[in-house]
Amino acid sequence: MATPSEYPKQVIYCGVCTLPPEYCEFGGTVKKCEEWLEENHSDMHEKLYSQEVIEKNLSTLSIDAQKRAEKDSQKKAAKAATAEAKAQEQRATSKILIKRIERNKRKYVTAVQGLEAFGLDIKKVAKDFGKKFATGSSVTKVPGGGEEITVQGDLSDDIYDYLTETYSDIPEDNVDCIEDKKKKVPS
Amino acid sequence: MFKKDMTPGSKSKVKSSAQRGIRAKVLESYPLLEPYIEEILPKKEQLDLVKLPDRVSLYTLGSTPLFFQHMDDPIMPHLTLVHKYPDAFNRLRIDRGAIRFVLSGATLMAPGLTSPGGRLPDDDEDEEGRYGEDELEAGSVVVIEAEGKDTACMVGVLRMGTEEMKKVKKGQACEAGHYLGDGLWGLNLG
Ligand SMILES: [Zn+2]
Repeated sequence: MATPSEYPKQVIYCGVCTLPPEYCEFGGTVKKCEEWLEENHSDMHEKLYSQEVIEKNLSTLSIDAQKRAEKDSQKKAAKAATAEAKAQEQRATSKILIKRIERNKRKYVTAVQGLEAFGLDIKKVAKDFGKKFATGSSVTKVPGGGEEITVQGDLSDDIYDYLTETYSDIPEDNVDCIEDKKKKVPS
Repeated sequence: MFKKDMTPGSKSKVKSSAQRGIRAKVLESYPLLEPYIEEILPKKEQLDLVKLPDRVSLYTLGSTPLFFQHMDDPIMPHLTLVHKYPDAFNRLRIDRGAIRFVLSGATLMAPGLTSPGGRLPDDDEDEEGRYGEDELEAGSVVVIEAEGKDTACMVGVLRMGTEEMKKVKKGQACEAGHYLGDGLWGLNLG
């Protein structure tokens, strides 16, 4: 039994399906989960995916239950594959919009929309922008739902380069730079 | 309870008086958490209340979920908290075959606990006493562990006392409360 000094216990969670890795086998992404574990926690991978363990797991179920479990996991895998295909399609058709907005005369801010479709964490990207360009960068809600990043300064081209170079998932064709002159923001 | 994906509702600060009340309620429900309570619910830090669908309240510290409560039902620990302090809770174990049902949100049936792979309190097979000696009554909050696994996969409320389970060996044993991969598990708290 664990002694209190070991608490809180540190539990590793799967970087793919978020469950403790010993439960990955019940999800639809086992293959990816296994690859992740091998890469990130090879000792744990050795324990969980050894031939011995796999055989032991099977031996506790009746043949019938094994078959049902097998069918069940195939269904889950198919579901996960469909979800992944959908996400990919969404990425292919989604656009990121980089807008140059004139605030005052010759003062600009740059707004970036559409990052969430590429599975990016907007808050984190905003922080990265701030660091990378040494400028103010914040997340604001867009009317009609969603969020955009507002960066101080005219950085459209730099952000375009940064995004397409940093994230290989984002095709250059899916990023548009536009100018928004009309928007007057009362200061 | 959290079978569907959810988005968190409004978030508000818990007043310090209410925060003391929650701390007391947690200790009353889970006295074994006492040595760690200052670590879990530090007196000086701000606890937040996040509203979830179906009148569930979730208490969080920063982006860490701690406890949740449906209306006036018992306050229950989030699974990540259970994983940190596993033996501070009453726990039972299901056999391997029951795992995939629990992870799909099904009500846990008694055979999953009474079969050779399952464990109930005062179990002859349980040599280290991991699952306790005292029988648990219907209505108790229990943590559900699984055969061959170290970490718990569910927190729920017993529908049937453990003594009765051993006798009848069938029927609904435990409501599906919060399980690995459910909407509460997947909640994005930023
Ligand atoms: Zn996984």
